Amino acid sequence: MYAQMVTTDANRVRDISEMSEEERAFQERIDRGEKIEPTDWMPEGYRKTLIRQIGQHAHSEIVGQLPEGNWITRAPTLERKAILLAKVQDEAGHGLYLYCAAETLGVSRDELIELLHAGKMKYSSIFNYPTLTWADIGAVGWLVDGAAIMNQVPLQRTSFGPYSRAMVRICKEESFHQRQGFDIMMKMANGTPAQHRMAQDALNRFWYPSLMMFGPSDKDSVHSAQSMSWKIKINTNDELRQKFVDQTVPQAEYLGLTVPDEHLKWNEEKGGYDFSEPDWSEFFEVLKGNGPCNKERLDARIKAWEDGAWVRDGLMAHADKRAAARTAAE
Amino acid sequence: MKKEWPLWEVFIRGQHGLNHRHVGSLHAPDAEMAIRNARDVYTRRKEGVSIWVVPSAQITASDPGNKEALFEPATDKIYRHPSFYDIPDEVGKM
Repeated sequence: MYAQMVTTDANRVRDISEMSEEERAFQERIDRGEKIEPTDWMPEGYRKTLIRQIGQHAHSEIVGQLPEGNWITRAPTLERKAILLAKVQDEAGHGLYLYCAAETLGVSRDELIELLHAGKMKYSSIFNYPTLTWADIGAVGWLVDGAAIMNQVPLQRTSFGPYSRAMVRICKEESFHQRQGFDIMMKMANGTPAQHRMAQDALNRFWYPSLMMFGPSDKDSVHSAQSMSWKIKINTNDELRQKFVDQTVPQAEYLGLTVPDEHLKWNEEKGGYDFSEPDWSEFFEVLKGNGPCNKERLDARIKAWEDGAWVRDGLMAHADKRAAARTAAE
Repeated sequence: MKKEWPLWEVFIRGQHGLNHRHVGSLHAPDAEMAIRNARDVYTRRKEGVSIWVVPSAQITASDPGNKEALFEPATDKIYRHPSFYDIPDEVGKM
């Protein structure tokens, strides 16, 4: 997802009888559906895992601006340009909400950004794929935001208060993102034969990377089991992927586009589609840094950070100077 | 020398999981007393599970005279709302 393969430091999920008194009280609060707030006692593993997860989620929002930002200056109409600009602006806001939620756990935004730039934290694999045509902007909104929403809607119920509240705000704002993407896809799919081909090509390229967003099957993963008992993960990766496929295939049919999977078939018995797994070796290569755009994305983030340093420092120096002048005047 | 108690803004979290919301103000000599007073003034009917207090002097507010300049520009950006996009019903919830 926007946070993939987050580890928890757990070797196994401990039974409530093995926990210290504090831990047991903590787990019982979560089981009752109470929210944990930053000043509450929490196990170190919970705090660390959340910093990884929320941090990775925040990085994804920020890096996710790059593939779409690529098309702002080349949007086909002024209206499309204003819409895309508004969407990319939203993503910056979402990154901000999430960094702030992570900061309540005792880490600073600058630290998280430095970890990302040092390659010690990740962002979602999906943003390492290029946006080659305008139809890709449609596919990103439809598929990538669609997959993100699948994960973010249940996360509104996550146990950590600041994360949950950030998710509520994000989901509310996100609802236009997927619709604008589908709106582009409708235009392209019903346009000239060339536009239709572009739409099909975008679906072909983004289908499997979108399925990868949910991460590999985690039904046997200790980390997922631990995260689920802490309610910082609500569904398994397979559950969300299935839901995404079931929702998306009829939408592709409506567009008159073909999902690039010859094994795709409705399974009456399970009430969902059977579909092919993405190529997981590709996924792991992308995570390792060998995707088509990994270097470009990270270089762009580092350059933005370094080029902006004098502005950040200058504004801080100015604020300090004004504060000193005010103190002197008093 | 007479010194007035400063003013504090009080924020209450109504229920687990919600944001703290501004509920009002009160006077108190320090933050600790402000919390105690807020508990007495603003949570007598179980209105909250958590209290924040902030010195009123620390609040910076937007200038009411700038209202139009600040908030008007959002009015015509209707494409920021999902209802701007006509998505046919047969596509399902989106």
